[in-house]
Amino acid sequence: MEFSIFDLGLTNFKDSWSLQRDIFNRVQNGKLSSALLLCQHYPVITLGRSAKKKNILISEEKLKYLGIPVYEIERGGDVTYHGPGQVIAYPIFNLQLFKKDIHLFLRQLEEVAINLLAEFKIEARRNPGYTGVWVDCPKNNGNHRSGLNKIASIGIAIRNWITFHGISINIQKSDLERFNLIKPCGLDIEVTSIESILGNTIEVTSVKEKLAQTFKTFFRMSFSPQQGGYA
Amino acid sequence: MTKVVLPELGESINKATISYWYFQEGEKVQEKDDLVELTTDKATFNLPSPCSGALREIFFREGETANIGEVLAIIEEA
Repeated sequence: MEFSIFDLGLTNFKDSWSLQRDIFNRVQNGKLSSALLLCQHYPVITLGRSAKKKNILISEEKLKYLGIPVYEIERGGDVTYHGPGQVIAYPIFNLQLFKKDIHLFLRQLEEVAINLLAEFKIEARRNPGYTGVWVDCPKNNGNHRSGLNKIASIGIAIRNWITFHGISINIQKSDLERFNLIKPCGLDIEVTSIESILGNTIEVTSVKEKLAQTFKTFFRMSFSPQQGGYA
Repeated sequence: MTKVVLPELGESINKATISYWYFQEGEKVQEKDDLVELTTDKATFNLPSPCSGALREIFFREGETANIGEVLAIIEEA
């Protein structure tokens, strides 16, 4: 199974959203088999289909002052924040070529993030019933509070079994305080980042390269039709 | 009369929530038009119309949950 990788760099959400739709159409028309978009976003808040506006905790005026746009989008899930210290992956995969199973695909995105974090010696896990990737943080180190912290968020849309939207992974700790502007995913949760856990500086671009590799390895190994499909 | 049935969506999925009807009762739909958007976990997905005709009756409103295999709506074929 081959897919094309597009690295958009630091981009605004709206541009990446329209590019997703362009590429979605190319996948739907059979011009591309599947694609993976990678990027970082300028600060933005997006509301998924299950979002309640009250989960944005500051006023519209204040958001305008901060220059943070808000978009209501067609992905699943509640509210989330994106900023330049995260890496974002938008897999535009034709699940008819893999397996037509929505929850399986969500679990696979979690596994990609768990595998990526393992490369940084971070032991991440699922939190059953709460889609996303989580890390047990034993102590409050000033960067995050102790307890189960969320490090990656997932929200996708599927049309005619082709996926879009995707997963964001927190890398730099500088972005974390912006999560205070919202009630992430509509839940009372704590968030963390790779930097917060490791205690040193991490470049987003280096994580992005590893993430692309992790996607390649995971989906080729699991799905290559020559190997008999998903094991 | 064609029944619009909530199809299989994966091994562990036995229900989904109706998030948006693209058409109202009485309206004409074309085959393959997006008819309804549904939500499960952190994913939304579409259900295209199985045929062209008039959307006769909707059995589940937005926000309601349906089980796999249940009839969501009836289309009277053109």
